[in-house]
Amino acid sequence: MPRGRWFWLAAPALLLIGAVFLVPVGWLLLRSLSDPRWGLQNYAAVFAHPVYLRVFWNTIVIAGSVTALCLLIGYPVAYTMAHAGERGRRFLVFVILIPFWTSLLVRTYAWLVLLQQNGLVNRVLVDSGLVAAPLQLVYNRLGVLIGMVQVQLPFMVLPLYAVLSRIHPRYGQAAATLGAPPVAEFRRVYLPLSLPGVFTGCALVFITSLGYYITPALLGGRQDLMIAQLILIQIGDFGNWGLAAALAIILLFGAAVTLALFYRILAARQRPLR
Amino acid sequence: MLAPVLELVAIRKVYGDTVAVGDVSFALGRGEFLTLLGPSGSGKTTTLMMVAGLVAPSAGTMLLDGKPLDPLPPYKRNIGLVFQSYALFPHMTVAQNIAFPLEMRGMDRREIQRRTGRALDLVGLPGYETRYPDQLSGGQQQRIALARAIVFEPRLLLMDEPLGALDKKLREQMQIEIMRLHKQLDISVIYVTHDQDEALVMSDRIAVFNSGRIEQLGAPEELYERPASRFVADFLGESNFFPGIAKVVGGEHCEIEHGKDRLRGRSRGLAAGQAAVLAVRPERIRLAPPGSPALASENFVSGRVRNIVYLGKSRKYIVQIDDGVEIAVFEQARGDRIPTVGVGDAVTLIWPVDDSTVLSA
Repeated sequence: MPRGRWFWLAAPALLLIGAVFLVPVGWLLLRSLSDPRWGLQNYAAVFAHPVYLRVFWNTIVIAGSVTALCLLIGYPVAYTMAHAGERGRRFLVFVILIPFWTSLLVRTYAWLVLLQQNGLVNRVLVDSGLVAAPLQLVYNRLGVLIGMVQVQLPFMVLPLYAVLSRIHPRYGQAAATLGAPPVAEFRRVYLPLSLPGVFTGCALVFITSLGYYITPALLGGRQDLMIAQLILIQIGDFGNWGLAAALAIILLFGAAVTLALFYRILAARQRPLR
Repeated sequence: MLAPVLELVAIRKVYGDTVAVGDVSFALGRGEFLTLLGPSGSGKTTTLMMVAGLVAPSAGTMLLDGKPLDPLPPYKRNIGLVFQSYALFPHMTVAQNIAFPLEMRGMDRREIQRRTGRALDLVGLPGYETRYPDQLSGGQQQRIALARAIVFEPRLLLMDEPLGALDKKLREQMQIEIMRLHKQLDISVIYVTHDQDEALVMSDRIAVFNSGRIEQLGAPEELYERPASRFVADFLGESNFFPGIAKVVGGEHCEIEHGKDRLRGRSRGLAAGQAAVLAVRPERIRLAPPGSPALASENFVSGRVRNIVYLGKSRKYIVQIDDGVEIAVFEQARGDRIPTVGVGDAVTLIWPVDDSTVLSA
């Protein structure tokens, strides 16, 4: 069977990616270099204004925090899934996938209702006497993180689960018979073997977090402006297509570099699990 | 025997309604090589895992050097275990794998380095320190797994079908290697296998497992020559079985009625009238022309040759005796002897009474 024949099976997907991704990105690149006139002035503007760099920094910090929180919350979940029985595993997969059942917009508004000043969460906290006054849970960084972590958690848990479920229990057993107490067994054997899953999950969550728009826009405060929002403001409020295009290209470039970095680390660490 | 290193008293493992291991008891002498032999699912690996601490017994007691073993978690037992699949840590080099148990015991770097090097010398792979497990062949991985299991000088070495994944030549080579290490280190070993040849070659004693119980425990020769049950006679080596009824019981011998023939063999504890079976090894029977005279100390039956299989070092004759039972006979092939018996020929089978064992059916 000539290898080339199977290539056509991927043709529809490639065409779609070409039409809806490469063409617009090429157009954006062109625009960033030509609007209002040819040159690098749009890129120069981004790097000259601390405001824009600050938004980039915000974006990286928020995406990084979301990634770290997802890992912290998701690792135990994935571990439980990998070591649960068939029923427990199915239940957990079901729970993990619930967020995908509703639209991002609906979920974000739901968080708004729950977290606002006289929302459900604050009411319970105040009525039970745990806090004296309602807490500021939304329109700040906390709100952004709560909303984004909930949405992104499955992207951490699923790749992690895929790797953890393939770690054969005999490695842990071998470590135990060689004298490793549970903590050492986890730190020296299980955790290193799970790193491919950690890297894949982190790369997925971090890179998709970079481009978030709805959640920070609705749940965040003025301090939590992310790059996607800034792009929209530049186009919608100022009609500044050139600068918006430059911001988008830089974001894309950053995401690509991050991905390449994760991939490098992953490839360097990868050893077949037998 | 000296004070045993390990003692199992009525060890039991039950999963739901299934009894995986039922009341297994044995004592392992210092420096002894004991093999747990049995078909898969007979409870031998479960027994081994209970000694290692990876499976908790449902009942019974285990003593290591006279002290209860059960309350200790696996990492405090100081028992080496070699898995069938080796279970080398894939993210560590050979040296890191072997150093792992030493680091867990808080040894200093120089001592670790010295012992790691010595262990690699012992298994014949010096200079392999920086390799990763996936850069080694199956046999090499097995040697490293062995080095890792003995480097911390455990009280006991357990091996779970360690040669199962290797081809025949390499397996025989590793058998000799393991026997050499056993002698050199004077370590007590429990070895699990389903390969009867391996068990016969390597062991001081063999425990034959069947459905979660020990059918017989003894030296290889004892098990082969004096099997205590039909299962042992059948599983360890090859046996011919003549079913019948025990007729005359007395002393060390028993006579059974098999069709119109009367056959005698060694026996213990059989009652007259009981259903019995006489077992004899194929290599103990000799083929003779029909009607040949037999000694008083010999059994004989007549039959007809159905098939002859050439096995290189021997010939296997399948002989159907008068009542339809098929009996296998091995004859050493010698260069100077052309087989005089052909397929379809009538023959008499003759063998010594003392090479026969009468067992309860």
